Amino acid sequence: MTNLDMSYAAVMGRRNEIMKQAVGIDYSVFETGGVGFEYERMMREAGYTLEEIREIQSSTGVGDTPIFELRNLTALVRKFSPKGKGARIFIKDEAANPSGSFKARRAANAVYHAKRNGYKGVIAATSGNYGAAVASQAAMRGLKSIIVQECYDSRMIGQPEILEKLRACEAYGAEVVQLSVGPELFYTFLLLLEETGYFNASLYTPFGIAGVETLGYELVEQFKANTGKAPDKVLITHAGGGNVTGTARGVLKAGATDTEIVGASVDLSGLHMASDHDFNRKSFTTGHTGFGIPFATWPDRADVPRNAARPLRYLDRYVLVKQGEVFYITEALAVLEGLERGPAGNTSLTAAFAVAQEMDADQTILVQETEYTGAGKHPMPQLSFARSNGVELLFGNPDDEKPGTNIIFPKDPSFIKVRDFDLDKARNSYIRNCVTNNKLESVTEDDVKFLSEDTKSSADYVKGVLKELNIAIK
Amino acid sequence: MERAKKGDWVQIRQTVLTPEERAPQVPEDTKKVPLLLWVKGFACADASIGEQVEVETVTGRHTKGELFAINPRYIHDFGNFVPELLKMDMQLKNLLEEATRND
Repeated sequence: MTNLDMSYAAVMGRRNEIMKQAVGIDYSVFETGGVGFEYERMMREAGYTLEEIREIQSSTGVGDTPIFELRNLTALVRKFSPKGKGARIFIKDEAANPSGSFKARRAANAVYHAKRNGYKGVIAATSGNYGAAVASQAAMRGLKSIIVQECYDSRMIGQPEILEKLRACEAYGAEVVQLSVGPELFYTFLLLLEETGYFNASLYTPFGIAGVETLGYELVEQFKANTGKAPDKVLITHAGGGNVTGTARGVLKAGATDTEIVGASVDLSGLHMASDHDFNRKSFTTGHTGFGIPFATWPDRADVPRNAARPLRYLDRYVLVKQGEVFYITEALAVLEGLERGPAGNTSLTAAFAVAQEMDADQTILVQETEYTGAGKHPMPQLSFARSNGVELLFGNPDDEKPGTNIIFPKDPSFIKVRDFDLDKARNSYIRNCVTNNKLESVTEDDVKFLSEDTKSSADYVKGVLKELNIAIK
Repeated sequence: MERAKKGDWVQIRQTVLTPEERAPQVPEDTKKVPLLLWVKGFACADASIGEQVEVETVTGRHTKGELFAINPRYIHDFGNFVPELLKMDMQLKNLLEEATRND
């Protein structure tokens, strides 16, 4: 190992080898030679069955979280809805998982898999709840853990939300490696994988994503037991795509094919995710468009060669909400429902508040997650931090919010809205990215089939986009 | 100058990439600053703040860097009081009362 070249370029050049060792999946066997790969085969052969996963998760106390009906929030929805409208809102209290978020489901599988395959430890690159989840699961299974987080700007000013994750990871016995802003975090991550030989508990492996399938499956089962049928819509906070992908796959496996899958992100447009200056001017470190859009339109940007999280395969609708609206709804959840959760996890709940107003009063919405709250990770420190960074806090119309400049709380709940993100636009840029990143000049009918599955669209739609790009079909 | 003894719990800082070494795709403002790393461990020798020291982390890794802090505390809390949140809370409670009164 000592004679290896440790320079940035050399280590990045070894990324595929390092990843193969650290994930234990030979992704090349699923490649089909063209643009596509055998997604379902990868999920089947590299992952675990739903029954196996339920067993793995229940052995470390993960899953089977309760669903609560939010009656007071529904009453408030109806106050602002046309007569006969205002769907019933339910929430799945994923904060009840060990480590306080649905991420325990992803981590449970990854850590189990690492242990079974003889790895001594696990590493995850995450500034979010996933770090605490990996650390917690590693503690339960007696593995070592290293969490690599992007935490500070160059002045060592840290996001309070991320500082809390540092504390939580350390509380579970993890080593936390903290970095200043920049995508080169990946370089450090690779160096650590190479140095330790630990397992890469990536968020995007087949087992990580399959871990979320139990959430979707469970919610349909529970919902049917309580109300007699599956929810009409499931609302999912969308960032890297795993929450949407895993939940939707579970909902489908439970047979709820009519349930609409709605993704929601916080609109942070205008802020550059790799900017040292912008880093501390956002008040959400996940669930936002800075992850949601790039990961939907190019999932294979992840830390594994083929991302198992492919949100465009499953999204029926994708909506955006504003930072000020999520803080407002986080307060509503606390003072009207007695649940102090979030805030980032309440992105989908905020969208539910607006979407419920479009639906009939006898229809149902299930918001599929909550997350724990605490010092640093709470509206008060996050807004107090925003204010100290010169971000103005105002009441008004959240449509006027400018991320990084101000946060606009709704003057009253009638100002809470969803803005539909055109999924065709996302599909179009996904296909465009496939063409550019694979340097394509022509594609086959098999490629067209893959692209249409990967974007939940018709072959004609895909061919139309390819035609615009002057790509021949052979 | 504060000094750490061998075995103390400390935080070290490393420069992973200098501004010149940063990846081509990073934005201009990020390119002007180094990529820094902080990690905690048990000091393998006595050292003063700012001096190079080796640490052993909780996973047993050995790594070197500039001594940055001794027994570093968690600095996050609930921040300054944000009165706007209270305004939302009061409004929400009043609205719910109105909504349920009209039922």
